[in-house]
Amino acid sequence: MAERNRGLDDVVLVGLQTGGVPMAYRMAEALQRIDGADVPVGTLDVAFYRDDIGLRPVLPEAASDMPFDLAGLVVVLVDDVLFTGRTIRAALDALADHGRARSVQLAVMVDRGHRELPIRPDYVGKNLPTRRDEVVNVTDEGVDLGEMVK
Amino acid sequence: MTGLLSAADLDPDMLAEMFRLSESFLEVSSRRIPKVPALRGRTVVSLFYEDSTRTRLSFETAAKRLSADVMTFSVGTSSVNKGESVRDTIETIEAMGIDAIVVRHGCAGVPAQVAQWTDAAVVNAGDGAHEHPTQALLDCFTLQQRFGSLDGLRIAIVGDIRHSRVARSDVAMMSALGASVTLVAPATLMPPSLEGWPVATSSSLDDVAGDVDVVYLLRMQTERMGQHLMPSMREYTARFGLTARRAARMNPDAVILHPGPMNRGVEISGEVAELPNALVVDQVRNGVAVRMAVLWWLLGSGTELVPSVDSAVPTADVEDDRG
Repeated sequence: MAERNRGLDDVVLVGLQTGGVPMAYRMAEALQRIDGADVPVGTLDVAFYRDDIGLRPVLPEAASDMPFDLAGLVVVLVDDVLFTGRTIRAALDALADHGRARSVQLAVMVDRGHRELPIRPDYVGKNLPTRRDEVVNVTDEGVDLGEMVK
Repeated sequence: MTGLLSAADLDPDMLAEMFRLSESFLEVSSRRIPKVPALRGRTVVSLFYEDSTRTRLSFETAAKRLSADVMTFSVGTSSVNKGESVRDTIETIEAMGIDAIVVRHGCAGVPAQVAQWTDAAVVNAGDGAHEHPTQALLDCFTLQQRFGSLDGLRIAIVGDIRHSRVARSDVAMMSALGASVTLVAPATLMPPSLEGWPVATSSSLDDVAGDVDVVYLLRMQTERMGQHLMPSMREYTARFGLTARRAARMNPDAVILHPGPMNRGVEISGEVAELPNALVVDQVRNGVAVRMAVLWWLLGSGTELVPSVDSAVPTADVEDDRG
């Protein structure tokens, strides 16, 4: 991240509620350790921007918290699992309502495929081939792969 | 839940969920662009048979911040003047395709009746001297913000309890959340019967003011003064008005609420209304957020308003494409 952005001066991390939030803080800690950089962290809840409102229950997890003005910043969206890309689509819309970032990048711990939108991550922890009906769960200890419980 | 008609429609678990949701919408309202696309394509009708400024503007602002379309029905310029019944009006606007109706009417029970006639969600924005549930929601949300919880809070509601729908909804919701409520009013402004009300009563604000965490002042309904319920406004102010002298005897942490519009110099003195612990402006700001929460619950969330919010489970016929 530091290499690609030639330093971390204008970079902020924005974790998506809820899985991406602890991830964003862990990344900020890691960047502090590796680079000595103090990268601000914000959180974003995208519930009100989803395109499946009315199709299934949608509830916000927690209020968004953006303690910085996005103008001129490089925003790295952070999420745990990238799947269809619809959450990221919603996040891009939500982000635009908070301000105009200089650029937006995407970091995910797991990319499990099955994209339904033209979205690709810039930083990936692990590419994990999955079946569509499997469930991926990222925790501190590692990644769980299981059957969807219906 | 298909509507919000009464404060009793919401149990404490649902209220906690509403308050959590309201926090999210407060954050939305604080943004540079205070609008989310959550209710795009939905239509909300505001149907006010009684005068209102803040409640109506608050609901309309809430709907617009959720990107819903708002139809405003002004009784003064409508076919009601030609003698159209409430039922015909409802059927007419429903035929245009609407999702929610926000109703205020001078008669108790009209919103409940309207709910029988329509499939749209009905929100009670005040019916006669009966209920005003979204006012109670915003009052309780404001108190929860300030004190963390309403449990154990001592609240005095002062003024024209008899004619007040705000008092009825507030008593129900505040006591459901664990607050102990004391009604303070002259006997003529108390309801004829308090049977079943979980409240204490007092006829002296001086006795109560120093012992409570919240003084909730109701608007003195001057239009009813012709009914000889009080000898004069001056006498009301002398005994029940929150003057600077009485406010000085309140606990330092205690707060003052008022649903508006205020009669400065009657139930609240002008200088008291400007005190930092008078939360009237917070109430108005929170009003938009809680009404966004109500409209979102009814029209957008896709979840039933039930106590257990374990609703992250997708419905059977919709693929979970979160991610």
